[in-house]
Amino acid sequence: MPEASTQRRLEELASEAQGAVAGAAGAPELEEARVRFLGRRSELTSLLRSIGSLPPEERGPVGQAANAVRVRLEALIAERQDALDGAALEARLADDRVDVTLPGDPAQPVGHLHLITQTRRDIEDVFLGLGFSVVEGPEVEWDYYNFTALNMPPAHPARALQDTFYFSDEVLLRTHTSPMQVRAMEAHEPPLYIVVPGKVYRRDSDATHTPMFHQVEGLAVDEDITLGDLRGVLLEFARAIFGAERDIRLRAGYFPFTEPSVEVDVSCFVCAGTGFATGGSRCSLCRGSGWIEILGAGMIDPNVYGFVAERGYDPERVQGFAFGMGIERIAMLKHGVPDLRLFFENDVRFLEQFG
Amino acid sequence: MRVPLSWLREYCDPPLTTAEIGDRLAMTGTEPERIEHFGVPSADGFVIGKVLEAEQHPNADRLRVCRVDDGNGSRTIVCGAPNVAAGQTVALALPGAVMPGGQRLGEAKLRGVVSSGMILAEDEVGVGEDHNGIMVLPDELRAGAPLLEYLTIFDDVLDLEVEPNRPDCLSVYGVARELHAVTGAPLAADPTGEDAVASGDDSVADHASVEIADPDVCPRFTARVFDGVHVGPSPLWLKARLAAAGQRSISNVVDITNYVMLLTGQPLHAFDLDEVRGRRIVVRRARDGERMVTLDGVERTFDSSMALVCDAEGPSGVAGIMGGRVSEVSERTTRVLMEAATWVGPNVLQSSARLGLRSEASTRFEKQLHPEQALAAQRLAARLMVELCGARMAPGTIDEYPGRAEPRVVALRHRRIGALLGTEIPRAEVEAILGRLSFATVPTEAGFDVTVPPFRDADVQREADLIEEIARIHGLERLPATLPARRHAVGRLTPAQRVRRRVEDALRDRGLCEVVAYSFTAPDTLARLRLEEGTLAVGNPLSEDASVMRPLLLPGLLGAAARNAARGRPGVALFESAHVYRPGEAAEPPPLAAASVPADEHHHVAALLTRSAPGTWRRPALAADYFAAKGLVEAMLGSLGITFSAEPAQRPFLHPGRSAAVTSGGEELGWIGELHPAVAREWDVGEAAAFELDLETLAELAPAAAGYRDVTTLPPVLQDIAVVVPESVSAAEVDAAVRRGAGDLLSETTLFDVYRGEQVGEGNRSLALRLEFRAPDRTLTDDDVAGLRGQIERELETIGGRLRA
Repeated sequence: MPEASTQRRLEELASEAQGAVAGAAGAPELEEARVRFLGRRSELTSLLRSIGSLPPEERGPVGQAANAVRVRLEALIAERQDALDGAALEARLADDRVDVTLPGDPAQPVGHLHLITQTRRDIEDVFLGLGFSVVEGPEVEWDYYNFTALNMPPAHPARALQDTFYFSDEVLLRTHTSPMQVRAMEAHEPPLYIVVPGKVYRRDSDATHTPMFHQVEGLAVDEDITLGDLRGVLLEFARAIFGAERDIRLRAGYFPFTEPSVEVDVSCFVCAGTGFATGGSRCSLCRGSGWIEILGAGMIDPNVYGFVAERGYDPERVQGFAFGMGIERIAMLKHGVPDLRLFFENDVRFLEQFG
Repeated sequence: MRVPLSWLREYCDPPLTTAEIGDRLAMTGTEPERIEHFGVPSADGFVIGKVLEAEQHPNADRLRVCRVDDGNGSRTIVCGAPNVAAGQTVALALPGAVMPGGQRLGEAKLRGVVSSGMILAEDEVGVGEDHNGIMVLPDELRAGAPLLEYLTIFDDVLDLEVEPNRPDCLSVYGVARELHAVTGAPLAADPTGEDAVASGDDSVADHASVEIADPDVCPRFTARVFDGVHVGPSPLWLKARLAAAGQRSISNVVDITNYVMLLTGQPLHAFDLDEVRGRRIVVRRARDGERMVTLDGVERTFDSSMALVCDAEGPSGVAGIMGGRVSEVSERTTRVLMEAATWVGPNVLQSSARLGLRSEASTRFEKQLHPEQALAAQRLAARLMVELCGARMAPGTIDEYPGRAEPRVVALRHRRIGALLGTEIPRAEVEAILGRLSFATVPTEAGFDVTVPPFRDADVQREADLIEEIARIHGLERLPATLPARRHAVGRLTPAQRVRRRVEDALRDRGLCEVVAYSFTAPDTLARLRLEEGTLAVGNPLSEDASVMRPLLLPGLLGAAARNAARGRPGVALFESAHVYRPGEAAEPPPLAAASVPADEHHHVAALLTRSAPGTWRRPALAADYFAAKGLVEAMLGSLGITFSAEPAQRPFLHPGRSAAVTSGGEELGWIGELHPAVAREWDVGEAAAFELDLETLAELAPAAAGYRDVTTLPPVLQDIAVVVPESVSAAEVDAAVRRGAGDLLSETTLFDVYRGEQVGEGNRSLALRLEFRAPDRTLTDDDVAGLRGQIERELETIGGRLRA
């Protein structure tokens, strides 16, 4: 066969083979095409084998051309093989279905912090951001720290406001987190910026009182703390917890260990302080007043400093504020929990809603 | 304190509604708990009438048919009262009027006669309790005039929550003074300003004597004597006032003492002088065990801490709390000794608590009244005794006053007001505010010398107290909102607090639910846990079930698990992080020993599992066992970087073969274990596992900062071995032997299989361990590690083990 006709034949073979490969619908057909065009008995293989018998001047061009066709065909076959494999896999996978709507497994149960813990942390974090440290104290407390050093000597009328659990004349369950005011001042010279979260106890049990509940006390003592500073700090707190649009107001109040004493209200976040719900009825949360009482506070009474005078608390040189709030009350207001007792029933159906 | 608005407005009448007055008082510290309505719902239809005729009803013996002038003409009213008669001036309810119960009056036919209205008895409009007859009113009243002009049948009542520092606001005039200060509306003259006129040429001393034997309980005792007293019902206006203020009318004499107390804040007590034995009053401490029947009919036993008002023979009243039956004013009384005394507040409070007896008087006295208030009350009471009881006042007043108190003067620095409040209040405003509050001011260089009125003496004694007065009247809502300069404060959690959050988060993230249980528990609960240790017992518990402080968290978790199981959630995983309590070392109380704590209190973290992993659609739930609880401890302590060991150890409430003590760094942290089946049965929780650790010790063990270890530069060599040991040898012992044998190159061991079977022989088990070897300075080869095998084998032999080929 002269060179020119050989070349032509190679192109015909390549074209035929391309058609056969592209037309192969499955692995057997592709294998058949491979055997036919590249197999040991294929025309191309024979041609390549016979190159040695060609005239020397034709061997190079023919050999190169035949090899090029072989390489091209091998690539085509491999490419087709990949395509067929891919299609076969897709077909197999298409049949391998799961019910994607079944639940995940193994189950990863979601845990929950108690709403009190969650709220306590929220409150702590606000005050940490404002530069306060968190300190804690004993719940079984001396009468001295719970009452006497807070300007409530024995038989002070304010003692009657807090029904107290006693272990002895001198030892009780703290009725508020305020005993840490004096403990903290004993331990640290001014300036002092602390919040005190913890359990407190009052001998009271009905729909709105549980014998144990939680408070956060706050204390800031420095050279120049003012009642305006108290208002500013509590405004930041109220906005962080109840929303950026909230306002607060201070009303006169009474606590034996602060002077002046104030009650602090936050503007109602249900009715936005208007006192009226949408539709014009009286707001059910603030009962129409537009304000909700959230905590008690005041400037630390000079008599309290008298108990820590030797630690540098001279009321002529330092002044400060203190505040105390109920964690459950904050949580109830924020999350709409209707009954204090739910916090201590530990029904997981309640607990799972929070934290 | 219930303040009827009509009474309040008699002394201070700002152009404000009741609600607005309530709001203003709330802002300045006297918050209304509620605003109540007294009397009829509306005063419309209630008028004065004149009975023109009163004839027998033709068809009913007990009824009269009356013709009544209502100012617009006459109408017929059928009346059942026995005392109705022609010529009387009476109170009428006309058809359309709404009665206190809400029913609207219509025309009604009574036994054939149409009655067009009602002639009223006291109780029908809430003025009194008398239903024996209709009210007969003074004749000078005009027919048709609104009844409200004469009698308070319709009023708002502010129920004020008065703070313990404001006994002055436990009085109508005191609230009026407060309202005057807040609003600037004029204040009417003090009702105690005028005294009664005494008559006769005798003297009070001729009738009675007073001795204060124990002046430490009685700073002042004043007494006046009245004779010719006609005890009877009070006039209607007085009954109505008392009713609106929430007091029952008793008799004119008793009502006068209550009226004066409600108006001025100073309690009084009226004795039937003829029942005061020896006509002699002795104020003294009680003798232990002394007894007397108080006005409420209860026999009380006293001790020497309590003060009594006695006569020549014995107790006649409990000082400042309640009078005695022995000298009670009765219908037969004609001579009255009127007491207005001052008592020591804390003493009254304590006696009242010990006797379990509180009264309107004691709630005022316990807040410390000033001796100057006593005589003022005497003046008003005397006028009423003369006016309402037709009494003669004997000249003079017995006034024993051992605790004479001078007016208090407090120096106020103007500079301090701004420094404490954070806003400047001009001197003139300061002076005006103090003036409205009845404080007298004398200017000084720095500010003012301020004289405190007696009725505020208990509360206002220092500069800070004056600044509070100025702040609340100036308006707390007008203060600026500023932030402290905070020159030295940095807010951050302590390492221990961060550990607590990490631990709680670790358990939360593993699917546990946090509970908060009461710190109290029942002795019986601890008995069911077979615990016998000493507990901290509450002296006055609410109940036996909550009478001791819990020494561990487990009972609260068990209670919660049991409650959830009963409510349809049997499989739970719960944890709690809270204090536990034990009796402390006997410590000196502060201030002797500052900073001491009275009990041994620790913060624990504990978990209880009544399931390990929840069941799903393709695998059953995993029961809670020892290893489920231990896995949580591993995760929790691992998150803190704390390694620990578990050693077999028993607790009375745990399965004896499936419980361990957790130790780390030589410290015992707590325990892990399966609940003893008998204990689990007590709570009906099925199989359960738990742990409880001391969080404070954990926090001490947690490394502050982790040190770096190079794990990437040089590759480790891994080798798996299988160790056959008798069952009695623990995994920890095998691990320790392997580590001893392998030496420093062994960096980590992981136990990945436990096998029992024929190949390892009866009574043995095979533990498969993956060993990781590292050298700090070179790449290890298999040959390096192979060389250690012999040493490992030798160490294993010492514990009765061998390597499996």
